[in-house]
Amino acid sequence: MTAMIEISNAAKTFTMHLQGGVELPVVSNVSFHVEPGECVVLSGPSGAGKSSILKMIFGNYRCDAGRIGIRHQGKVIDLSSAEPRQVLTMRRATVGYVSQFLRAVPRVATIDVVAEPLVAGGTPRAEARDKAAALLRRLNIPERLWRLPPSTFSGGEQQRVNIARGFVSDLPILLLDEPTASLDAANRAVVVELIDEKKRRGVAMVAIVHDDEIRHLIADRIVDVTSFAAAA
Amino acid sequence: MSEPVTTPDDDQPLLIADGLSKNFGRLAACRDVSFSLHPGEVLAIVGESGSGKSTLLQLLSAQLAPSAGSVSYRMRDGVLRDLASLGEAERRFLFRTDWGYVHQDPAQGLRMAVSAGANVGERLMAIGWNHYGRIRDTATTWLERVEIDVGRIDDAPKTYSGGMRQRLQIARNLVTAPRLVFMDEPTGGLDVSVQARLLDLMRNLVSELNLAAIVVTHDLAVARLLSHRVMVMKGGRVIETGLTDQVLDDPREPYTQLLVSSILPP
Repeated sequence: MTAMIEISNAAKTFTMHLQGGVELPVVSNVSFHVEPGECVVLSGPSGAGKSSILKMIFGNYRCDAGRIGIRHQGKVIDLSSAEPRQVLTMRRATVGYVSQFLRAVPRVATIDVVAEPLVAGGTPRAEARDKAAALLRRLNIPERLWRLPPSTFSGGEQQRVNIARGFVSDLPILLLDEPTASLDAANRAVVVELIDEKKRRGVAMVAIVHDDEIRHLIADRIVDVTSFAAAA
Repeated sequence: MSEPVTTPDDDQPLLIADGLSKNFGRLAACRDVSFSLHPGEVLAIVGESGSGKSTLLQLLSAQLAPSAGSVSYRMRDGVLRDLASLGEAERRFLFRTDWGYVHQDPAQGLRMAVSAGANVGERLMAIGWNHYGRIRDTATTWLERVEIDVGRIDDAPKTYSGGMRQRLQIARNLVTAPRLVFMDEPTGGLDVSVQARLLDLMRNLVSELNLAAIVVTHDLAVARLLSHRVMVMKGGRVIETGLTDQVLDDPREPYTQLLVSSILPP
């Protein structure tokens, strides 16, 4: 397998025990793959399970059936059976995730929020901060805000901090959940550029984008999630 | 087909619990708990009062003898030893050097009437340090690391606020460079604003020092912020376990779903 991500017949159902054990099928028979340097965009209406699929690829949601293979340091990890420690190593070295909302720790300065994935991967703090600063600058976060925790920032600023944090490290797989949702045109263009740069470096990406224009600019392939949902 | 990913320094478990059970008379406080903990790994044990999480912590830290099962610990020489086979002196040595124990109530983990500097220095003297200047320098460094004003080094912790006491207790525990720290509701008695600061501090220290930790908490936010893995306990049993964000975002068991859904949004 040369693919970075290889999903076959993956399925996810929520069982809501507090609602009398209602079964909520989210997706089933999810099958697609992502090659290095390729951006696959998931399409489908709200509630079709796009975010759930991203969370399954990140190991945040469990995979109930099928297989999610991730190429990690020359080996393939199957997330449906991986140990927690393997998932953590995989996140540190292979898979980055830009969520819709920033979940920051109180008190931590913006620059350190962005630099953290690099520091966790062993980059010296000063070097990590330099890289974080460069990205924050590109994403138009004013330098006077870098020392402040992002919790008081506007929605768009928080999202840009989140994007900077997601793009700062050189991970071979990147998952993007609506990275441009609350950004203005100028910042959307920056994100498109950042995605292009990642592609040129061979990064495999899976993205959710509702904006048609952005989708055309970044998608190499579109995977329609509706078929996975309907089969559930 | 997926081979386990290992890194050279953490491929051997530091602590292994195997079939741990504890009965108090007819009450089974802890039933058949098994897991292993690796160096640098933070495990949260969550559950309500009476779920058995504190009993489990006492079993793991050799303060209680199990009714069945065993706890093994990899000593600094790399040899895995059953805690029950350790002599009293060996156990005490573990407690003084390689382990830390952070109590919910700092008064239990500190000597309230002696100075902060002495509280930290005492752990060093217990392992044979005898140069006053070096002990004081190290104590000073540790007070700084836990954000306590060095000007307060000669004051006794009874004059400290709750948050400062808890930070001092952490300094006292970490000064001997332990590899494993047990924490029992470390933020339990503190104001919310003080909790955030303490959590942030603990999170940084744990990752900088590559500490393994077992944290008992009823607060899922503490588990999310500090731990890699979580074990959910109910009625003395581990009912669900896994990666922390997985268990909290995709809880599978009815009781875990109840715990997660019971958090009031701020």
